[in-house]
Amino acid sequence: MLAITTVTFYIAAAWIVTFVSVGIYAAWVIKRGRELSEQVPEEDRRWM
Amino acid sequence: MTTTFAPKIIGTSSPATRILGVLSIIGLIALVVFGLVISPADFELGETIRILYMHVPTVSVAYLAFIITGVGSVIYLWKRSEFWDLLAASAAEIGVLFFGLTIFNGMMWGKITWGVFWRWEPRLVTTTVLFITYIGYLVVRSIPTDTRTRGTVSAVIGIMAIVNIPITHKAVDWWRGLHQSSTIFATVDPDMRGTQLFSAYLGLTVFLVIFAWLLIHRFRVAWLSERARGIGLDEAIAARRAEGSFS
Repeated sequence: MLAITTVTFYIAAAWIVTFVSVGIYAAWVIKRGRELSEQVPEEDRRWM
Repeated sequence: MTTTFAPKIIGTSSPATRILGVLSIIGLIALVVFGLVISPADFELGETIRILYMHVPTVSVAYLAFIITGVGSVIYLWKRSEFWDLLAASAAEIGVLFFGLTIFNGMMWGKITWGVFWRWEPRLVTTTVLFITYIGYLVVRSIPTDTRTRGTVSAVIGIMAIVNIPITHKAVDWWRGLHQSSTIFATVDPDMRGTQLFSAYLGLTVFLVIFAWLLIHRFRVAWLSERARGIGLDEAIAARRAEGSFS
């Protein structure tokens, strides 16, 4: 039972750390993009 | 009575990124269901196969990102195009993130399988060198200098670093180590089948979509950052000229 719990812990750690890290990075990129887009004129944002 | 509307802040979003974002979320939900619930434990690897559903996609995306950095660096030195410089840098940053996660997932797998988080065996040594090289690339890019010098120096590092990718990937075949050989991309008699193989390919597909989504956004952030820096410089020059004309 202890072995199963330990294995489950490391599997959960791998998945959670991956999801949370990518999520935090994605949120930072989106936030930074919104901040910068306020400083830059619309004609420089070609994707709009 | 007049009504004023605040301008809608869109940031780096576009219809394409919204579609990729929705696909990423749906894909991640499906991956959790298949990877943690539906997929059975492996005969040899046991439950640790579920770590491979994270480990393999993250390392594949990291390699792809580093290859984009290398290609972008070559084209930048050839064309001197800002687009390729910023694309190379954006891909490198995402690559470092995913490669760091690959190492972490590998450590979790190693702790279960080997009993330790880390062993200095060939694959892990070459992995460490590759990781440090791309961190160095990002550090060089953060040094304040003109964009041409920054682009040139980082492009040279980006090209040199790409040499280590095949060495890292083939380390398990070239030298005897603890790290297991390729399971998913083995062309002859693949070890994974059925739901396990589907979960692995699903993970790969989902992370490629996430990578595309992140790369587009990160490139646009880099693009905006350059424009904002240019505006800041123009304003500083104008202020200095104004000071000079009044003194």
